[in-house]
Amino acid sequence: MRTIKAEEISRAVAKLCIDANYNLGEDIVNEYKLAYQRENSDVAKEILQQLSKNAEIAKEDQVPICQDTGMAVIFLELGQDLRVVEGDLYQAINQGVSAGYTEGYLRKSVVNDPLIQRKNTEDNTPAVIHTEIVPGDQLKITVAPKGFGSENMSQLKMLRPTDGVEGLKTFVLKVVKEAGPNPCPPIVVGIGIGGTVEKAALLAKKSLLRPLGVYNDDEKFKNLEQELLEEVNRLDIGPQGLGGLTTALAVNIETYPTHIAGLPVVVNINCHVARHKEVVL
Amino acid sequence: MAKVSLTTPVTEEQIRSLEAGDKVLLSGVVYTARDAAHKRLVEALDEGEELPFAVEGNAIYYVGPCPAKPGEVIGSAGPTTSYRMDPFAPRLIKEGLRIMIGKGERNDEVIDAMKAQGAVYLGAIGGAAALISKCIKEAEVIAYDDLGTEAVRRLLVEDLPVICVIDSQGNNLYRRD
Repeated sequence: MRTIKAEEISRAVAKLCIDANYNLGEDIVNEYKLAYQRENSDVAKEILQQLSKNAEIAKEDQVPICQDTGMAVIFLELGQDLRVVEGDLYQAINQGVSAGYTEGYLRKSVVNDPLIQRKNTEDNTPAVIHTEIVPGDQLKITVAPKGFGSENMSQLKMLRPTDGVEGLKTFVLKVVKEAGPNPCPPIVVGIGIGGTVEKAALLAKKSLLRPLGVYNDDEKFKNLEQELLEEVNRLDIGPQGLGGLTTALAVNIETYPTHIAGLPVVVNINCHVARHKEVVL
Repeated sequence: MAKVSLTTPVTEEQIRSLEAGDKVLLSGVVYTARDAAHKRLVEALDEGEELPFAVEGNAIYYVGPCPAKPGEVIGSAGPTTSYRMDPFAPRLIKEGLRIMIGKGERNDEVIDAMKAQGAVYLGAIGGAAALISKCIKEAEVIAYDDLGTEAVRRLLVEDLPVICVIDSQGNNLYRRD
């Protein structure tokens, strides 16, 4: 059985936290430029130009793109033939987050107790970790720092099975409209459909990891993604909520089978700084 | 829509002359405060205590910056979503606060207070935090140090690019229909 040292995992996570916060994905940067060309309004154009410039500065100066460097959401795909040695897996992940956020001068935004004490943990731990056991002997780590301007605008709805596609569309458009300028549009809309409450939420979050230009494998859902993107962009919320054609950069849907009585839907919104970096160890 | 250069502190007259849609380059001192600091500021007023800075004629920027790298003044410092400060903002506006800088919607209570007292809400570009930090020339924590990034800072800014989103008449760029 292949082994991996916990320390190696920590180092990889630290690096990914910094990389994700400094270097915006090329897919997003390119989409800012395409959106700039599509927009008619001066304000929208100017904002998109500023976003491009901001991403350039962040990359060049190696500083965070956004001051909200997020809560570290980490997806693990752990091969069943890989064994972690010389340490505990989750401890290693959190040590990596602590090191990355400290050494990278990233903002520490996590509080220990969500309701009463709300004391900053000073190193952005703990991370939110999702683990999937998969075949093979490798470990894939994806770090997606999630800002809360957009996280706060996310919603859950248990639709009726008979609400169907129209019910889903109505809900998604309502969520985006209610969010308005708050989640830093242009946004990425992540939609999880099916499963149970927590499964739908996880699917929605996971859909945000998809690079722009990659659609759902199923043609039906790919079409729905594209229809919804068009409809969202007709809302005229626009960059920063000041009007325009670019309210969203993408609408991503992930689905899972569900119960005869249910149609769970979670809409998880990401801001225009749609960050995620991955590595395979 | 005009292009306006404005330096803090400001008078009611200067603020009343701004219109929604104006592009403003803001210079001078601005104070940072977000959720936890706002709660403390309003609690201090309730207790009859003096605030850590003079609100009258001044500006509050809703931001929790990243730590400064060695040799830098401040880390990335873009605006946070403003509605979370809505329960506290009218009280500060009554104390003479003239400018709020953030991003996203404000509620009617805040807008009513702005109209009554003469205050504006300026929008900075959310997420353009590396760019914005270039306009910050000095930064110093002046209160609530224990809040970390949420502490109150005195910033000296130069030509901070913002848009007047809600003016003192209540005109609101977010509500266009």
